Amino acid sequence: MRLSTKHLLGIKELSAEDISLILSTAQQFKEVLQRPVKKVPSLRDVTIVNLFYENSTRTRISFELAEKRLGADTINFSASASSVSKGETLLDTVNNILSMKVDMVVMRHSASGAPHFLAKHLPETAIVNAGDGINEHPTQALLDAFSITEKLGSLEGKKILLIGDIMHSRVALSNIYLLNKMGAQVMLSGPPTLIPPNIKEAMGVQVEYNLKKALQWCDVANVLRIQLERQNQVLFSSLREYNLSYGVTKKLLAEVDKDIVVMHPGPINRGVEIDSDVADSHQSIILQQVENGVAVRMAVLYLLAGKANNN
Amino acid sequence: MKTILNKQQLQLIISRLSHQLLENNDDLSDVVFIGIQPRGVQVSQRIATQIQLLSKNTQIQYGVLDITFYRDDVRDELHVANKTDINFSIEGKRVVLIDDVLYTGRTIRAALDAIQDFGRPQKVELAVLVDRRFNRELPIQPDFFGIAIDTLVSQKVKVEWEREEVVLY
Repeated sequence: MRLSTKHLLGIKELSAEDISLILSTAQQFKEVLQRPVKKVPSLRDVTIVNLFYENSTRTRISFELAEKRLGADTINFSASASSVSKGETLLDTVNNILSMKVDMVVMRHSASGAPHFLAKHLPETAIVNAGDGINEHPTQALLDAFSITEKLGSLEGKKILLIGDIMHSRVALSNIYLLNKMGAQVMLSGPPTLIPPNIKEAMGVQVEYNLKKALQWCDVANVLRIQLERQNQVLFSSLREYNLSYGVTKKLLAEVDKDIVVMHPGPINRGVEIDSDVADSHQSIILQQVENGVAVRMAVLYLLAGKANNN
Repeated sequence: MKTILNKQQLQLIISRLSHQLLENNDDLSDVVFIGIQPRGVQVSQRIATQIQLLSKNTQIQYGVLDITFYRDDVRDELHVANKTDINFSIEGKRVVLIDDVLYTGRTIRAALDAIQDFGRPQKVELAVLVDRRFNRELPIQPDFFGIAIDTLVSQKVKVEWEREEVVLY
């Protein structure tokens, strides 16, 4: 058994079998991370470059840890401290790095489709998308799926609610693709200005603008960050107003008569999309998501590296 | 196809291996039994069950180890990982690795690497059901074996657990 793809560009390109294989492999890596020596030598002949054209804390550290735990050599690259500021193109930068015998590329970029562009020009190198613009963030969706499965046993038939800035969220898009493929039910909630108008038909999801009703429906609430850096027009009047109508608060959760699992991909805007007492409550699995991220990324890199060498 | 061990012989050999392991380890509190995934699980479970029956007073420590991530051909061919379950410390313990067939020795080489990541055992021993001697590619030999057979590289040895037979293809 192996992945049907050579790169991880998005969940869109994966099959349900691919997703299951990644999740089950991640489970084995999670056990590895509990051992006294949290490291395996699987990728010790592999060199991976982490190309971050956009800021990141969790994803970057998580990928780097995953690479190190697999025994791979890593190189870190951030656009701001490189020749990119002198005008070098993306393809030139990557070709130069690859000529130094690098096997895999993990890339975050503010332009949607940047990893697809690389994959097209560098078919021999495994490309892992660590977030591209407003398109996809596949490893986040995979770790969300892993965390939900860990908590609820499976994804099939589960009711997952995505709250907030669906329009600008690559986490939302990757999650919708993944949850649809794995047979979960998806509902979106948020201000109408932040939910694309045709998404219901285009993606086969439900939309509920009333957050309380939406919470009443769901098993899991995945709260998304308001992406102020990607909004170039006023889509809601103020952060305070957003919090009043779409912030997940303790009071709101108390009115819903069931124990919903609360998730957030980070970084959290405390007091905006989620209140501190919810983010730090027993219902929240936000820190487990981060922990699981390393195991999931190990699985992705492991499965892609095996394939890369085979061809 | 040739049957190497029939049901009765297989049961007898598992019983003998269990007794041998028990005789060589008088204090079971210092010993841990580790079956190697995937094919060493069946035989190790049977051996562990027998040893537990024979030593009623001590709870024996039994776990399973997957060596996929330690293979030397991990990048040539993709291998799907199985579950590892070792929920006790092996630090300073005597470890008995158990597998069904010992062939090239590469699996055991990987298992020796893997076991190090759980701690520093006092001693590691190897027990196998079938020893395909003369096919070794590494200097690894079993401490206990059920049966030693001479085989060609082109042949396959398989333990059929439903029928409880060891078959040479």
